[in-house]
Amino acid sequence: MEIKVLKDILDANKQIAARNRQWLDSEGVLAVNLMSSPGAGKTSLIMATIKRLKGKIKIGVIEGDVSSSLDAETVGKEGVPVVQINTGGECHLDANMVSNALSNVPLPDLELLFIENVGNLICPASFTLGEHKKVLISSLPEGDDKPFKYPLMFDIADVVVINKIDLLPYLKFDTDAFSRAIKGINKKVKIFPISCATGQGVQEWTSWLLNQMSRR
Amino acid sequence: MHELAITQSMLDLVLEQAGKVEAKEVRKIDLVIGEMSGFVEDCVQFYFDFLSKGTIAEGAALSFTMIPTRARCRSCGKLFELKQFDWTCPYCQGNSLEITSGKELFVESIEVE
Repeated sequence: MEIKVLKDILDANKQIAARNRQWLDSEGVLAVNLMSSPGAGKTSLIMATIKRLKGKIKIGVIEGDVSSSLDAETVGKEGVPVVQINTGGECHLDANMVSNALSNVPLPDLELLFIENVGNLICPASFTLGEHKKVLISSLPEGDDKPFKYPLMFDIADVVVINKIDLLPYLKFDTDAFSRAIKGINKKVKIFPISCATGQGVQEWTSWLLNQMSRR
Repeated sequence: MHELAITQSMLDLVLEQAGKVEAKEVRKIDLVIGEMSGFVEDCVQFYFDFLSKGTIAEGAALSFTMIPTRARCRSCGKLFELKQFDWTCPYCQGNSLEITSGKELFVESIEVE
């Protein structure tokens, strides 16, 4: 007997993600899923954002890593609540891991929640977590050909943060061509060139974040 | 690596559907996979053989329908298949493209006894 199924393989993940989203909405928390390759600056962006917005808004962080709690310790020093997820080998966060982590985050005390995904440009693109915004960080040393190599990741992003722009004088990186390539794949994406090291462009990014929060 | 999580989700979905009709055995699973989703057939097959052991889906044949990545050019409106890493319209050389297929990832049907 043949049974027509026509169901998304990731349906279960999507259902849990939808529940996460409802939960975050009921607590009035904006959740941002940060994705990038390893070393592009996810933790640095979180740190730079906390430094700029501390005292203005209440921020929490979920740190996803294959192993270790180094990032959680770094972020924790800023005095914000941090929950660590160790995926135990999995190359991405999924909605269920985030759901478990959300129980340990003091949501009623928060306005903004960063979910730092595992450093990877492939797998996290397929797993929605219930976040409100997907932010992709792409850094200059990775090269300006990344949109063509990882189109799905660039396609699903709401925002692309181009990090490490202070390195522009030392690298062959065509920022205009890079931005054009991203816009070619994803017309609606917002692009923020920044340097977490020097602070250049961070204000535009945090203004955008605050604007997203005020719209809710 | 994400094939493991995907294969587990797929198997859960198949067992749930088979359970609804109280099937004794799953013989075949038809999967539709978009090229852009980055899933490798051999990898899914490998994990499936491992994960399905001891379930009613053990030994089921996996059939893959791979969907190529297709796009529509935002400049000239033409539809075409995207070659890997070549993000250019073959008709007008435009590079603002809208992906129209290639992201699929679903179970189309299953054959049960």
